[in-house]
Amino acid sequence: MTHSDGYTTETIIGLEVHVQLKTNTKLFCGCSTTFGAAPNTQVCPVCLGHPGALPVINEQALEVAIKAGLALNCHIPEMTKWDRKQYFYPDLPKGYQISQFDLPICAEGYLDIALEGKGDGDRRIRILRAHLEEDAGKSMHDESAGQFDTRIDLNRCGTPLLEIVSQPDLRSSQEAKAYLNELKLRMTHLGISDCEMQEGSLRVDANVNLHIHVDGKKIATPIVEIKNMNSFRAVERAIDHEIDRQYDAWEETGKTINDESKTTRGWDDQTGRTFLQREKEESADYRYFPDPDLLPVRISKERIEDIQNSIGEMPGEVRERFQTQYGIKAYDAEVIVNQGRDFIDLYEAAVAVCGDGKRASAWFQQDILRTINEQQIATADFPISGNALGILLLKITNGDLDNSRARDVFQHMLDHGDDVDASIDALGITAVDSSELEGLCRDLLSENPHVVEDYRNGKQQAIGSLIGQAKKRNPNANPKTVRELLLQIVETL
Amino acid sequence: MLDSATEILRIQASGEASAVEITQLALERIRASQAGINAFTHINEEGAIRAAEAVDLKRRTGQPLGRLAGIPIAVKDILCTTDMPTTCSSKMLENFVAPYDATVISKLREEDAILVGKTNMDEFAMGGSTETSFFGVTRNPWNQAVTPGGSSGGAAACVAAGTVPMSLGSDTGGSIRQPAAFCGVTGLKPTYGRVSRYGLVAFASSLDQVGPLAWSVEDVALLSEVICGFEPRDSTSLDQPVPNLVSAIQSADLRGIKIGILEDALARDGLDQSIHRAVMEAAEVFKQAGAEIIEIQLPHSEHYVPAYYVIAPSEASSNLSRYDGAHYGHRAVDLASEKVSQNGPLAATYCQSRAEGFGTEVKRRIMIGTYALSEGYSDQYYNQALKVRRLIKGDYDAAFNQVDLLLGPTTPTTAFPLGEHSDDPLQMYLVDLFTVGANLAGIPAMSLPAGLSESGLPIGIQLQAPALQESQLIFAGAAYQAATQYHHLRPENFRF
Repeated sequence: MTHSDGYTTETIIGLEVHVQLKTNTKLFCGCSTTFGAAPNTQVCPVCLGHPGALPVINEQALEVAIKAGLALNCHIPEMTKWDRKQYFYPDLPKGYQISQFDLPICAEGYLDIALEGKGDGDRRIRILRAHLEEDAGKSMHDESAGQFDTRIDLNRCGTPLLEIVSQPDLRSSQEAKAYLNELKLRMTHLGISDCEMQEGSLRVDANVNLHIHVDGKKIATPIVEIKNMNSFRAVERAIDHEIDRQYDAWEETGKTINDESKTTRGWDDQTGRTFLQREKEESADYRYFPDPDLLPVRISKERIEDIQNSIGEMPGEVRERFQTQYGIKAYDAEVIVNQGRDFIDLYEAAVAVCGDGKRASAWFQQDILRTINEQQIATADFPISGNALGILLLKITNGDLDNSRARDVFQHMLDHGDDVDASIDALGITAVDSSELEGLCRDLLSENPHVVEDYRNGKQQAIGSLIGQAKKRNPNANPKTVRELLLQIVETL
Repeated sequence: MLDSATEILRIQASGEASAVEITQLALERIRASQAGINAFTHINEEGAIRAAEAVDLKRRTGQPLGRLAGIPIAVKDILCTTDMPTTCSSKMLENFVAPYDATVISKLREEDAILVGKTNMDEFAMGGSTETSFFGVTRNPWNQAVTPGGSSGGAAACVAAGTVPMSLGSDTGGSIRQPAAFCGVTGLKPTYGRVSRYGLVAFASSLDQVGPLAWSVEDVALLSEVICGFEPRDSTSLDQPVPNLVSAIQSADLRGIKIGILEDALARDGLDQSIHRAVMEAAEVFKQAGAEIIEIQLPHSEHYVPAYYVIAPSEASSNLSRYDGAHYGHRAVDLASEKVSQNGPLAATYCQSRAEGFGTEVKRRIMIGTYALSEGYSDQYYNQALKVRRLIKGDYDAAFNQVDLLLGPTTPTTAFPLGEHSDDPLQMYLVDLFTVGANLAGIPAMSLPAGLSESGLPIGIQLQAPALQESQLIFAGAAYQAATQYHHLRPENFRF
């Protein structure tokens, strides 16, 4: 990037992403992890940090974390262990968080990201590590009720999190967003996490600074960690804002990375600005040490292989396959695959019945995606099965329905929950006999001699006006068939 | 009658006394002893009687009875109980009642034991004299001017005072064995992982272990069998079958057993001569019973106490972080306004709650541990201590390649006068000289009464065994008690 005064800058971004793992129970106890329960109802002595209570590792969480690591091309070491990260906060009832310090469950990996619509694998972003840890509770500060009123909900306490730390390999807000999209796609594709930023099942902190090239020298601005971003769009905006802010601050003060240690800034979505949260990164000493209540975990090669084998296709592979198997374009494959596993499955179920990947692709990107967005439902809750969608699409292919009648049927199915045939019956759609159609076409031609004349004078498109009329007289008339018949008859007149 | 669990089982079975009568007697003696000895932080008057009535009913109606049916048992106030407070003898938990029973407590209840009360201890088990308790010192039934030891001082003193036949303590660096020695009773620290720590309030998690105290090895074996066993809720629990300990007491024949006598311990400066003699005499007893006696060195023994006093406080500093006044336990009410304005209400609440709730020794250890784990210091202290710990394990592995058991003193001196070490923590820490090794190595160890010193105070000898070899300790300990009468000695004011 070149700024107005001519200096070239390079943006350096590293992301720390917390992903909440989809497990039935918490990381170290048997409490449920369901979101949205009444405060402090999903707790027990273990996650409340009561005296004498002890943690026991949730095997499912290990399984899911390993799967996530493999999906991020990470190396899974033979041994991993648990460490205590110690600090005081009311939503951390033990006074320490069980985390992983020097032997994380996932060691270095990478994600290949594509900038929008460019296809797979444009840039490789290295991942430093990903480690398992327990979540803290939630503090809700009620400032209106007086300065001491803080409510604490410990339901979330002990929920498994995977913290995925990238190398500072990202060079723009667009790349950061693409990285997050790809990461989310992989996590949701494998059922590892819901990755809903609104619900807090995915959280992002961004470390950002600039390298400014001045007279052949590289000047680095102080590193800023941005917090409080609650959507991917916010991440993008916050980084863009921070790039400008840091450049301006450098112009104004000349401060570089050597003059100022890392600061933490919060993102304000309303004003579109970051604000200072912590002046200097307080040299927080977490006094990490191995948790003596938990044993190190050995992960066998066989176990890793089993999990690897259970993963199946990754999103990139699905995209490739869709292009070759169904003959759809890279862009179309990307749109479908990026909707997640459920959407992919629905699409493939429909194609399996109708046998037309391209037609299904068009329908899925338009009608089905629009319905999902309008009704704000998850694909898993989409009311029409893949099989039924396939039958509907097959009727178009076979000429039983035209696109517009098929849309009517689709709408009826959505509204009434009927299957395809019942919907066709309900709408009074019947197959039209060819002799009946022929009569209709003859009538239309004799009633509209100017059309015949125009046709004979070389205006073939004149016939088109009769197709609309045919449809008015008999809504079940297939426009394609009508057109063919009209052309046949007009030649014989 | 209250000095033998086996005897209590017999007289209940024969109908000589009911569980209620026995429990009433125990409660009576507890009440009578409290003013002088102060072994209890809580007496379970009503609950104990109700439990005894239930046992009597079961017996009358012919229902199956547990292995500890009708036996009054006291438990250290560090084990979580739903029907009694669990204070750890700290102001911090003065009014705390746990929402669940510790696993060992559930096991006692399942076996129809009568829980008569919670026993006094050093605050959060930090100390060797029960003087750091928020609820006042416990006195030694043998001489009320001296300490019963600690941290399980109440658990040892209540047995020595004849109030109950057996009790449960916990041992992090000697906290069962040292008070057992000072009070003239038998105490066992099982292998680390043998007994569930679930519901044992943590002091130093990698060292803590629950264990029994009683007059005889036989009763210790009985109670050990009940509390041992794998527990999935404790990740450090060993998935091993419960050892047959009662049946290990079959013969007094020690032929084929090799016992190592700890040369370096006996050569230590400051070792009481009477204790030295008792160990030599015990070696002779074992020899007479057929054992082979071999001299053994633990090469790194001088580093045991320093390593212990880095590792234990480090873990403690972390384990005690949860007592912050936010969720349960003591919370400071009147916050000093200058602290609030300086650090905000939250930090002020933390600081003042902990300042008020913890005693001096606990604070000292939190400070030591926090320092030892701090960035820039952990390599010199905590990580270095972990290395020493591996050397200690190596010492024991090498020793147990040559012998089956190790014999030595439990403590360097007999019980010291109350207040003697109060102003000198280092002297107090040296009391653990011979006991911390077993905790650091994770092996089982037992203290046996071995007579009285010239001043009439009990002497303890210690046997240590390889991991999971509790049955060897019981076997040899029973042979020792078959050949000696020391476990039958009773303090003068508590002979019933």
